[in-house]
Amino acid sequence: MAVLVEADHLRKSFGPILAVEDISLKVEKGEVLGFLGPNGAGKSTTMKMLTGFLEPDAGRARICGISVADRPKEAKARLGYLPEGAPAYGDMSPRSFLNFIAEVRGFDGASKYAHVDAALARTGLEGVATQRIETLSKGFKRRVGIAQAILHDPPVLIMDEPTDGLDPNQKHHVRGLITEMAKDKAIIVSTHILEEVEAVCTRAVVIDRGRIVADGTAEALQQRMPYHNAVAVRIAAAEADRLAAALSALVGVERVERLEVVDGHIRLRALPKPGSSIAADVGALLRDQSIVVEELLVERGKLDDVFREITTSSEGARYA
Amino acid sequence: MRNVWIVTKRELGAYFGTPLAYVFVVIFVALTGAFAFFIGNFFERGQADLQPFFSYHPWLYLLLVPAIAMRLWAEERKAGTIELLMTLPISTGEAIVGKFLAAWLFIGIALVLTFPMWITVNVLGNPDNGVILASYIGSFLMAGAFLAIGSCVSALTRNQVIAFIVAATLCFLLVMSGLELVLGFFRSWAPSFIVDAIASMSFLNHFELISRGVITLPSLFFYFSIIVFFLFANAVVVEQRKAA
Repeated sequence: MAVLVEADHLRKSFGPILAVEDISLKVEKGEVLGFLGPNGAGKSTTMKMLTGFLEPDAGRARICGISVADRPKEAKARLGYLPEGAPAYGDMSPRSFLNFIAEVRGFDGASKYAHVDAALARTGLEGVATQRIETLSKGFKRRVGIAQAILHDPPVLIMDEPTDGLDPNQKHHVRGLITEMAKDKAIIVSTHILEEVEAVCTRAVVIDRGRIVADGTAEALQQRMPYHNAVAVRIAAAEADRLAAALSALVGVERVERLEVVDGHIRLRALPKPGSSIAADVGALLRDQSIVVEELLVERGKLDDVFREITTSSEGARYA
Repeated sequence: MRNVWIVTKRELGAYFGTPLAYVFVVIFVALTGAFAFFIGNFFERGQADLQPFFSYHPWLYLLLVPAIAMRLWAEERKAGTIELLMTLPISTGEAIVGKFLAAWLFIGIALVLTFPMWITVNVLGNPDNGVILASYIGSFLMAGAFLAIGSCVSALTRNQVIAFIVAATLCFLLVMSGLELVLGFFRSWAPSFIVDAIASMSFLNHFELISRGVITLPSLFFYFSIIVFFLFANAVVVEQRKAA
């Protein structure tokens, strides 16, 4: 597969603050990379270096194999970028703003209007095309930003928090748009909303304090959680000891936790050894022991927990 | 060149998309007229020329041009649109020249709209229209020089008020540098070539020459070199911000 975006040991500091320490990554055609990290982790700074807005102190960014520092115009021509907050000229209308972008992107005459109309239609902006951008709602403003990024159908799309501040319907729409375009582009989406990663991204990169601390699919990230594939059962409190002992004896079970007791019922959670799946065994065990089960749940390990664990541990780097 | 024009067109459109353009043009035309008639004694002089009209331009520009220039870059930075502009396939130079030209053309439009003064003086007498044309050219060039300074200062800050004050002060010093008030201060201790150098930096001296109908190469060179120098400095500032 073709590598369309390449960051090669990027580094950037602002005065005494080291914003990005060392970031290297490659994004191939067809990939949607979720760029995750707490606020201030260096997500935006990395994206600004990839798009040529900031010069890295060290390292190199390439778009479609073209060095952003050496041939900025050619690299930028292959790139669509939605900066954080989707800035746009507020005193223009979406149509005149997109006309300007289309001209800069080198479209003339009929092809200019065709591209502008297509971008307006794709982002659902036709109804407000002649209104001043500063009078538009946040959701529409964001769509104007997305429209200018995708207008020239670039092979590389970099979007800094494209769904931030949108309502659920708008989020759904934007995610649909990203998925739709994903096939023949390399897309980087920064976010701190984890459901977004599960919804649209084929790969997630977590960065913290200017370094990559995790890189993999959303599924792979989840597997890092101790509770991934854990099985929780709710039974009568009286049966707790018997079942706990039996669960501990199972081959795939690492340990058993006792959770809260409510109305004479207790919840037990069996944690699997890494890589093993214990749901079937636990089910068979419960049948053999004829224990009445009130509730049975296979836990997935929430991405939120993964995120918190990775980015708050002082040795986050061990996950890399 | 194409990109320069695209940027210019957008900027110029932005002026007329807001009340700024109309306020500026009305105030400029009204003030230049008012100065000429009330302070310049346009009628009492009994002479068919526009000397009293043009002689107040440097002082008006001192106030109005930094007001136009302050938004050029400071506003882009504040609104975040600079990130958009600088990640489009446009070079820094094209963006700078494009923005500068838009503002300069805009002032040019305001200047053209003072044509009733020219009609008035032609109705009342037989002025030397060559001198008037030269004065218009001189006034336009001076506005361009003020603008280049203002544009450069505007790139240094995201605060438009600071951009305005600093640019106005710089322009004021350049206007004043030909006056005895400033030169006298230097004459007491500095060698004469320094005093001459400072005097030659004066906007007023060059403008007075041109508005007498004398367009000399040194004056043209003076204004153009101010413009080129400050636009170059502007580019350095914008690039510097990228690396910082």
